[in-house]
Amino acid sequence: MSLPPFQTLLDRHGGAMHRFLVASVGAAEADDCFQEACIAALRAYPRLDNAGNLRAWLLKIAQRKAIDAHRARARRPVPTGEPPERAVAGGFGPVESNGQPIWARVRALPEKQRMAVFLRSVADLSYADVGRALDCSPDAARRNVHEGLKRLREEMAA
Amino acid sequence: MNGIDRDLTEAAGGLPLGGPSAEALRALAARAAQEGLVDVAYAQVDSPLGPLTVAGTGRGLVRVAYPERRLDDVLADLAGAVSPRVLEAPERLDPIRRELDEYFEGRLRRFSEPIDWSLTRGFFRRVLEATARIGYGEVRTYGEVAARAGSPRAVRAAGNGLGSNPLPVVVPCHRVVRTGGGLGGYTGGIERKEFLLSLERG
Repeated sequence: MSLPPFQTLLDRHGGAMHRFLVASVGAAEADDCFQEACIAALRAYPRLDNAGNLRAWLLKIAQRKAIDAHRARARRPVPTGEPPERAVAGGFGPVESNGQPIWARVRALPEKQRMAVFLRSVADLSYADVGRALDCSPDAARRNVHEGLKRLREEMAA
Repeated sequence: MNGIDRDLTEAAGGLPLGGPSAEALRALAARAAQEGLVDVAYAQVDSPLGPLTVAGTGRGLVRVAYPERRLDDVLADLAGAVSPRVLEAPERLDPIRRELDEYFEGRLRRFSEPIDWSLTRGFFRRVLEATARIGYGEVRTYGEVAARAGSPRAVRAAGNGLGSNPLPVVVPCHRVVRTGGGLGGYTGGIERKEFLLSLERG
């Protein structure tokens, strides 16, 4: 099966990649992560031997960039003068005005659960594709989503 | 639906649906080009003959398509024949855009942009190369072009080759006509051929 033009991929799946990044790293960093993910995808694209499921492949790259951004943020010192109560667990700063508080809660989940929940709820991937994007089985993907949601429920009830 | 699922669905519904901004896409195309990751750049160019799709590679101009050709098909052909790294990158096509503008204003008689012949093969390529040498405002017959391509009797095949010209306007297949003065066919429709010939008559 021959590979479609990269622009076609971008037209079809760029929206899902970008939404996933806005939710998982925040609007302020989403554009940078999107660019990094697309450059990485372009670099690897001609050598891709499996043209099946390109959406899951692109989101796998996007979620790696989201994890990089998340880790980089966690390492960054909290700027002085920033009111501490605005910082969110997991190293994330204030929730953007156009963001939703629920994303901050999801961002505070452990890495695998966090990515599984975002891929399922924002990028709208099937469990099989969440598994492809996270290099795990569909069952493990389902478990990560359910455990993440369970944890969120418990936190909100607390 | 319980609380958290509803919250997630609602929040997902509030995310921007349009995807990355035009500015973000422009920045991506510019960086990809800078890093040598765009093997085929394309753009839409307005012209008196309708919006043209133009595509170029590192070697030169590879495709000019009339609007009747579906963009998806044009891009899929390029992905198969050249490379799947096909990206909309208008800045890369600025030189040919300028030349096309000048040509349609009657101010340019010869395109200086190099040609990438990747979409052509064998006898068809020789026919098109012979056609590329026909001067502005001149015409040749199908037989003359076939002869210059090395097969004087392959008149019909030469016509077919010109009909599949991947670079209309720039490789001037409109300058090839029938013996006896008939216009013959044209890849973009006979009205366009008449338009181009009358433009060049000035």
